[in-house]
Amino acid sequence: MTATVPPKAPTFLGLPTAPRGVGHLRGDQSFPDAARGALRDGQLRANLGHATSTIRGKRAKVVDELPDWAQLREAGRALKAATMARLDEHLEELERQVTARGGVVHWARDANEANEIVTRLVQATGTTEVVKVKSMATQEIGLNEALEAAGLDVFETDLAELIVQLGEDKPSHILVPAIHKNRAEIREIFARTIPGVDPDLTDDPRQLAMAARTHLRERFLRARVAVSGANFAVAETGTLTVVESEGNGRMCLTLPETLITVMGIEKVVPTWRDLEVFLQLLPRSSTGERMNPYTSTWAGVTPGDGPQEFHLVLLDNGRTAVLADEVGREALHCIRCSACLNVCPVYERAGGHSYGSVYPGPIGAVLSPMLTGVEDNASLPYASSLCGACYDVCPVAIDIPSILVHLRAEHVEAQERPTAEAVAFRGLSKVMSHPRLWHLAQRASRLGRLIARGRPTLPNALPPPVSGWTRSRDLPTPPKETFVESWVREHGS
Amino acid sequence: MKVALFATCLVDTLTPSVARATATLLQRLGHEVVVPPGQSCCGQMHVNTGYRREAVPIVANHVRAFAGAEAIVAPSGSCVASIHHQQAAVARRAGEHRLADEAEELAGRTYELSQFLVDVLGVTDVGAYYPHRVTYHPTCHSLRLLKVGDRPYQLLRAVRGLELVELPGAEQCCGFGGTFAVKNADTSTAMLTDKMANVLGTHAEVCTAGDASCLMHIGGGLSRLRAGTRTVHLAEILASTEEAVTPDQQTRPAVSA
Amino acid sequence: MSARDEVLSRVRQALGADRTTPDEVVRDYRQTDGRPAGDPELLELLVDRVEDYRATVLRCSPAEVGATVRAALYQGLGAGWAAGDVVVAPGLAENWRPAGCDVDDDRPAVQLADRAASVTAVAVAIAETGTLVLDGSPACGRRALSLLPDCLVCVVTADQVVGSVPEGLARLDPLRPLTMVSGPSATSDIELQRVEGVHGPRTLLVVLAG
Repeated sequence: MTATVPPKAPTFLGLPTAPRGVGHLRGDQSFPDAARGALRDGQLRANLGHATSTIRGKRAKVVDELPDWAQLREAGRALKAATMARLDEHLEELERQVTARGGVVHWARDANEANEIVTRLVQATGTTEVVKVKSMATQEIGLNEALEAAGLDVFETDLAELIVQLGEDKPSHILVPAIHKNRAEIREIFARTIPGVDPDLTDDPRQLAMAARTHLRERFLRARVAVSGANFAVAETGTLTVVESEGNGRMCLTLPETLITVMGIEKVVPTWRDLEVFLQLLPRSSTGERMNPYTSTWAGVTPGDGPQEFHLVLLDNGRTAVLADEVGREALHCIRCSACLNVCPVYERAGGHSYGSVYPGPIGAVLSPMLTGVEDNASLPYASSLCGACYDVCPVAIDIPSILVHLRAEHVEAQERPTAEAVAFRGLSKVMSHPRLWHLAQRASRLGRLIARGRPTLPNALPPPVSGWTRSRDLPTPPKETFVESWVREHGS
Repeated sequence: MKVALFATCLVDTLTPSVARATATLLQRLGHEVVVPPGQSCCGQMHVNTGYRREAVPIVANHVRAFAGAEAIVAPSGSCVASIHHQQAAVARRAGEHRLADEAEELAGRTYELSQFLVDVLGVTDVGAYYPHRVTYHPTCHSLRLLKVGDRPYQLLRAVRGLELVELPGAEQCCGFGGTFAVKNADTSTAMLTDKMANVLGTHAEVCTAGDASCLMHIGGGLSRLRAGTRTVHLAEILASTEEAVTPDQQTRPAVSA
Repeated sequence: MSARDEVLSRVRQALGADRTTPDEVVRDYRQTDGRPAGDPELLELLVDRVEDYRATVLRCSPAEVGATVRAALYQGLGAGWAAGDVVVAPGLAENWRPAGCDVDDDRPAVQLADRAASVTAVAVAIAETGTLVLDGSPACGRRALSLLPDCLVCVVTADQVVGSVPEGLARLDPLRPLTMVSGPSATSDIELQRVEGVHGPRTLLVVLAG
C-alpha cells in the first residue's frame, strides 16, 4: 500500500486524527453516491432485510426477558462515562497490572505505529504465518495489509471474516461482516477458493461451517503467533476479555506461543465487577443470545496454560480526538454490539459498504468522522433520517442522533467559504426570525401556484435541490392563504 | 383553557387545513384558541441540518411569539420534540442563557396534539365521526422522542365509523428526515417505497399520523403512484363530525392544497 | 516524547484541566437472583438454558457422577467409545473419571486434538444464562483441554450453580485464565442462522450432580 502524503495532517479539535493512506476508515465515495449503487442491488437488499429482521427479533426477545434491562443500560452508560473521565489513570493502571503478570504493553499513536509494532513482534518470532481473531481495531488500522506487505501470511479465522478474506471483499457489518452475502454466494466462494474442498458442498449453513472448520483446523494446530482484539480490559487486574461464538478465538488465544492483542484505548474498564454489567448487555444486544458461546479472559501469562508471550498494543488512532469532543466523546462508549446497525432503516437499505469505513451504520456515522476528522467523512453525519431507533437499542445509551446533528454543525462551521446551502439557510434564518419577512416569504412561495396551473401538486421537473424531492414524490401546490393569515383575517391579530 | 396554537412553518405554509382542524377540534372541546401572529418556525430544520447558530434567532422569535401563553399545542410531534430537546440546547451553546431558560420554560407548556388531548384535557373520545378505513403511522419523533405511545390509537379507536387497521412495520421510519429526503434522496425513497408498500397492503383509504411533514412525504409518494390511498393528519380526522366533515374525506389525490 | 507519554498527554489534553466529574455509577440492577446457590429452581433453570443452546444435560445424585460421566461419553461418542479416547483434567475427582482414561499432563497442547473427548469440572455455573465457567484450576484443566477434543463433558455440582451473572463473576478469580462456555461452539455468520459446532467442541454434555 502506498501512503499518500497529505497536504496537512488531519486533526479534530486540535488533536491528531487517524492518518490518511492507511487503514479502513475512509471511503472513496460519498455516502449518497455509494448508497445509490447499493440500492440497485436487489440481492443485497434481500440479504440485509432478512438478516437484520432476524436478529432484531432475537434481540428484542432476550432483552425483554431481563426485568432490569433499563438499570443495566444506565449502569453501562455511567460506567463508560466514568471511565472516560479518568481514562489516563485507568490506562496506566492497566499497563502496571499487565506488566506485573508477564505481559508487555506497547503504545501506538496511530495505525502506522500499531502496524509497525505488530509486524516487528511477529517477525521476531521467526514465523511467517499469523492466525487472527476477528477484531475491529485491526480492521480499522489495515493490519492485514501491513503484515502481508512484510511478507507474512495472515489467516482470518472467524467464519464471516474468512468469507470476506477469501472473497477478496470488505466487511459490511460489525458482528457479521459477511451479512451482505447469502448462502449461495458463500458456497460459491468456498468452492472456488478453499483448496481440496468437497466438490459436493451444498449451501447448507452447517456444511459451510464444517468446510471452514476443516480448512482452518491445521492452521490452528501449527500456528505460533496469533493476533486478537479485545472487548474489555480490566485495569485493576490486567484481565483481557474476548467475547466470541465459534471457538476460533479460543484457538488463537490458547494454542500459539505468542499472542498479540491490539486494543483501542477506550476499551478499558476500571474493575472486574464492571464486567457483570457488560457481559449482560453485550451478548443480548449483539447476537440476541443470553450469553455468547465462549468468553475468554486472561491476565498476562499463565505458566503451562496458553501463550507464554503476551503483548498488548494500546491504540489511539484518533480516539483522543474523539475524547476531546464533549458531545461526541459518548461514541467512545460503544461496545461494538452492532444492535444499532440491525435497527437502522438506512443501514438496512444502503448496506455497510456505503459507509466506506469498517464502522458502518449509525455508530459508524458518528465514530468514523470523529476518528478521521469530520471533513474526511463529511457525508456520514447526514446518512441518517434521525429516526432514533439506534438510540433506543444502544445498550450503553449513546445518543447517536444528537451526535449526528452535532457533527453536521461541526461540518457546517468548518467551511471557510459559504456554500450555497449556507447562504440559503442563513437567509432563511433571518426571514424566520422576523415575522414581517416571514409573511412576505410565505406569500412569495405562492408563486408556485403559477407553475402548478391549478393542479394540486407542483410539476415533477423542478431545479435542484427541489428535484431531490420531486424525482420520487409530489409536492403540494401552496395554498392561496396561510393558516395564520386566514385566522388573522377572521379574528384580528 | 386558553390554548395557543403553534401551526408550525410547514403546516402554515403548505397544509393550513391541518392547523384549521386543530383549532376547530380544540374549540369544539370548549377551549379558547389563540393564534399568535408572530410565529414562524421552531428552528428544527436549521438545527438538524447543521445550522445551530442560525437557529438561535428563530428560537428567539418563537419564544417571543408565544411569551405568556398558558398552553401551546402543535399538530406536529417533530416540532414539539425539537422545542423540548433542542431549543434550549442551541441557545445555551450560543451563550444565550436567558433565552435558553425561557425556551425551557416554554417547552414545559408545549404539547403535541395527542398528548395534550389525552394527558392535559383527559379526553380520548373527542366526538369525532370519520367513516373510513384508516391506518396509523407512528412517526419517529412522536414515537421515540415524545413517547406518545398509544395515545393516538386511543383517540382513533374512539372515532365513530372509523375502521382502524394495523400498519405492518409501523415503527420503521418513512424516510423523510427533513433535509435527509433531499441529501440522501435515493435511500429516502427506498425507505418510502417500503413504507408505502406496507400502507397499501392494509387496503386503508387513509394513512394518518401526527406529523404533517412525514405525511407530506408519504402522501407525496402515494400521489405520485396515484395509489388512491391518501394521507390525512390526525387532527383532521379528530375534527370531523357528522355535521362538519372535512373536505379531505372525499377521495382525492393524496396531496391536496 | 515516547508514544506512551504522547498518548497519555493527548488524553489529558482532551479531557481538559477542569475535567467534569461524571455521575456516580448506580448499581441498582439485580445483584443476586434471590435464590441461594444450588436452589432446585436454579438447577431447573440451568438445565432449561443449557438445553436451549442444544447441549445435553444429564442429572444425577452426587454418588452417581462417575456412572453418569460414562453415560455422557456413551451418548457423545457412541457405543464404541474407549476410555483411551478420553482425556480428563488432572485434578478431576478420582471417582468421576472413567477407568483407564488418559489424564492431561504437560504434553504439548496440540496433542490434545488427538483425543475424542475431554472431561472437566467447572468453577461456577450461571443458571440464567446457561453458562459454565472453567478457571484453569487442576479440576477444570488448562484451556486447551476443553477446546480441542470434539466432545466436552463438564461436571457441575449443585452448590456451584448461582442465579445471575453478577453472582457468578463474584465467585471467580480474574487473575486466572477463565473460559465461559454457553453451549457448544456456534456461528450465526451465514444469514444469521445459528449452526452449532464450529471450531470448539461440537458436542457439549453437562453432568449436573445434586
